[in-house]
Amino acid sequence: MDFFLFQIFPYIAIAVFALGSILRFDRDPYSWRSKSSQLLRKKQLVIGSVLFHLGIITILAGHVVGLLTPIAVFDAIGIPHGAKQILAMVAGGIAGVFCFVGIVILLHRRLFDPRIRATSSFSDIAVLILLLMQLCLGMWTITVSIHHLDGHEMVKFMEWAQHIATFRGGAHEYLVDVALVFKLHITLGMFILFVWPFTRLVHVFSAPVGFVFRPYQIVRKRET
Amino acid sequence: MKIRAQIGMVMNLDKCIGCHTCSVTCKNVWTSREGMEYAWFNNVETKPGVGFPKEWENQEKWNGGWHRGKNGKIHPKQGGRWRILAKIFGNPDMPEIDDYYEPFTFDYDHLQKSPESKAMPTARPRSLISGERMEKIKWGPNWEEILGTEFEHRRKDYNFKDMEEEMYGEFENTFMMYLPRICEHCLNPTCVASCPSGSIYKREEDGVVLIDQDKCRGWRMCVSGCPYKKIYYNWKSGKAEKCTLCYPRLENGEPTVCSETCVGRIRYLGVMLYDADRIEEAASVPNEEDLYEAQCDIFLDPHDPEVIAQARKDGIPENWITGAQDSPIYKMAMDWKVALPLHPEYRTLPMVWYIPPLSPIQNAVESGKLPLAKNGIMPDLGKMRIPVKYLANLLTAGKEEPVELALKRMMAMRAYMRGVLVEGGPDTSILDEVGLTEDLVKDMYKIMALANYEDRYVIPTGHREETLDAYGESGACGFSFGNGCSSHSNSDIELFENPKSWRGPSASGKDNRVNTLFSQGKTSASGGCGTTKPSGGGCGSGGCGC
Repeated sequence: MDFFLFQIFPYIAIAVFALGSILRFDRDPYSWRSKSSQLLRKKQLVIGSVLFHLGIITILAGHVVGLLTPIAVFDAIGIPHGAKQILAMVAGGIAGVFCFVGIVILLHRRLFDPRIRATSSFSDIAVLILLLMQLCLGMWTITVSIHHLDGHEMVKFMEWAQHIATFRGGAHEYLVDVALVFKLHITLGMFILFVWPFTRLVHVFSAPVGFVFRPYQIVRKRET
Repeated sequence: MKIRAQIGMVMNLDKCIGCHTCSVTCKNVWTSREGMEYAWFNNVETKPGVGFPKEWENQEKWNGGWHRGKNGKIHPKQGGRWRILAKIFGNPDMPEIDDYYEPFTFDYDHLQKSPESKAMPTARPRSLISGERMEKIKWGPNWEEILGTEFEHRRKDYNFKDMEEEMYGEFENTFMMYLPRICEHCLNPTCVASCPSGSIYKREEDGVVLIDQDKCRGWRMCVSGCPYKKIYYNWKSGKAEKCTLCYPRLENGEPTVCSETCVGRIRYLGVMLYDADRIEEAASVPNEEDLYEAQCDIFLDPHDPEVIAQARKDGIPENWITGAQDSPIYKMAMDWKVALPLHPEYRTLPMVWYIPPLSPIQNAVESGKLPLAKNGIMPDLGKMRIPVKYLANLLTAGKEEPVELALKRMMAMRAYMRGVLVEGGPDTSILDEVGLTEDLVKDMYKIMALANYEDRYVIPTGHREETLDAYGESGACGFSFGNGCSSHSNSDIELFENPKSWRGPSASGKDNRVNTLFSQGKTSASGGCGTTKPSGGGCGSGGCGC
C-alpha cells in the first residue's frame, strides 16, 4: 500500500497534472480562467479571497522550497534541521490560519449564498472542500511535529520528495513509519494534483507576472 | 509621425429620441446569452441621472481611467502594474452586479397553468442568476428612463460638478436629455493597460478594441480600469466581454448594428487618421480642460499631401485614405467643431463623440420672442433649458467655450436654412458671427439634418487580400468559443467544469439564449415536446408543431 501511494501514485498524479493541464490549455483555452464570482457577491469574496490566497501562496512556496531544496544546501548554509522545522511550523502555521479563515469565508459564501450556489459547478465546491481538508490535515501535522523538534522526521519527507522528483526508487521507504496524518496529507495532496487540470485550479499557471514587464498599450497587427 | 486609422463614431444628441432601438438590436445580436443578461454593450441613459452602472462617471468612487502623476506621467487611476497585481485576489474597484442590476424574468408559465381562482394570476419576477423569487425589482437597466426615480437620487449625477444642482430638482427648472453609450474604442484605453493577461488589444487597421477570449483569464481588472464601465464580466464563462464595434460588419463596409437600426439617424461612422506617436503626449497634458484640444491636435488632416504620403508609407490602404477624406466624423469633429468627446478628463482619448443637444429657450413663452444675447443675433445660450455647464462637464471636462461654439453653430445652421427654405432669403450675418460659410453650412445641413445613409456611414471595407485565407476553413466548423470543433460536442459530460444551469442545458450550447419575454423553464431544452415543455419562445424557437 505504501509502495502504491508514495511511489506509484505520485507519478500517476503528476502525469495527469502535467498532461491534463497541457491538453486543456491547448484544446479548450476558452475554459481556462480563474472563474471569479466577485461580480455576484463582492464583500465576502474580497476579504475571503485575499486571506486565502496570501495564505496558500505562502504555504505552497514553503512546501516547494522546503521539500525540494537539497538537504546538502541547508547543511552548507548552516541551517540546522531543527531550526528549519521550527521555521516551517511557525511560518506555515501563521499562513495556515490566514488561509483557514479565508477558505471558510469562501466556502460559506459558496454554499449558502443563493447566487453563488446556483452558479457553482460541482468542481467549484469540491475544490474548496478538498483544499479545506488538506489544510486541516496540514495544520494537524503541526501537533505531531511538535513532539519531535529535531527535524529528523522532516528530513524523511525531504528525502521522499527529492527521490520522487529525481525518479529514484525506494522513495516510499522513507515514509513507512511516519505518523498517519502525514500519510493522509501527502495522499490527498497527490489527489489534488490528480484532479487539478479538471478544475479551476489551472488558473494558478496563469499568474500574470509578465504584466509587470509589458508596455501598457497593446496593438495587434492583422494576421497575414 | 506614425499614422494609424481608426473608425470613429459621432452621435447627434440633438436628434436622439431615446427609443432604445440601438440597445435592443445590439442585445439581440451580442448579449442575449446566459451570463450576459445584465450586460448592455449599448445602452441609453436619461440625463441627469446616475446612469448604468450606478454612478459610473464618478471616478472618485470607481477609480477608472488614467491619473496624471506629479512627474507628468500617466498611469491607470486604479494603480500602476504592481498595484493592479496586488488587487488581483479581490478587486475593490469593481462594481457588483447590483450596481448594474440583478437580471430577472417573470413566471409567465403561471399565467397559463394556475388553477381557477378569484384573483387574476400574476407573473412574478424571478432572478436569472439564482433562479429564486424576487419580491421586488429594485433597479433595472433603464431605471431612470425619462427622469424616473426621485431627484434626490439623480442629483448624484457627476455632471452637476460645480453647479447648484438643487435648483434643477424644481419642476420649473428641470431638464433632460438622452445619452446613448457604447464602448469608446479609445486611442489610449485603460482596459488594455489594466489587463494582467494582455488579452485586450487594439486592432492596428481600424482601432477596434477587442478581448481575446482565449487569453482572458478573468482577472477582471479591465472592468474597473474602464472609466465608461463598458467592459462586462460574463459570470457564466468567467471572461470579460465588450462591444466589438460590430467589426464583422465594419469589415464588410456595413455600419454597426446600433447605427444601422437607429431610427433617429443620429449615428455616424467614419475614418479618422491620427498620429499614434503622440497618443501619450496628448493624454498627459496637465490641464484637464485642454484634453479635448489635445486630442484634436493628434487628428491629421486627410487632405494634407504630407499626411497622405506618410499614410501610404505607414501602410494605410488607398480606400481608407479616401474614406478619411469623406469622413463625416472628421467634418463634425474638426471642420465644424460640433462634435465633442465624452468625458475627455478620463485621459483615454475616446473615439465616440457627441453633438450636444439644443434645448428650448426657457423664457421664450414669457417674452414672446427669443431672448437675444447682448451683442448679436444669437439667442442667449444661458437661457437654454439644458445648462451649458452641464454639457461641458459631460463633453469637455468643464470647458464651456467649445460647447457654446457647437450649439451656436447648430443654431446658426437652423436660422440660415429657415431663411433659405421659409423666409425666402438667407441671412448670412448669423453665419459670420459663428465663423461659418454658406458652403460649409449647406454641407452641415446635408449631413446633419438630412443625414442620408451614405453620408452617415463612410466605411471603407477591410482588405480580404491582406488577411488570412479562410478558404481552408470552409465547411470545417462554425462559430465557436475558442475551442474549435473539439469540445462541447454531443456529450453530456463536461470534462472541464461547466456549471449546470437551473435553466436547463445551456453550457453545451444547445440553446444558450436568454429570453426575458417568455419563460425559461427548468426542463431540458432538448427534451422533446412532452407536457413539461416550457412555453418558451412561441413558434420561433422550435416550440411549435409538437
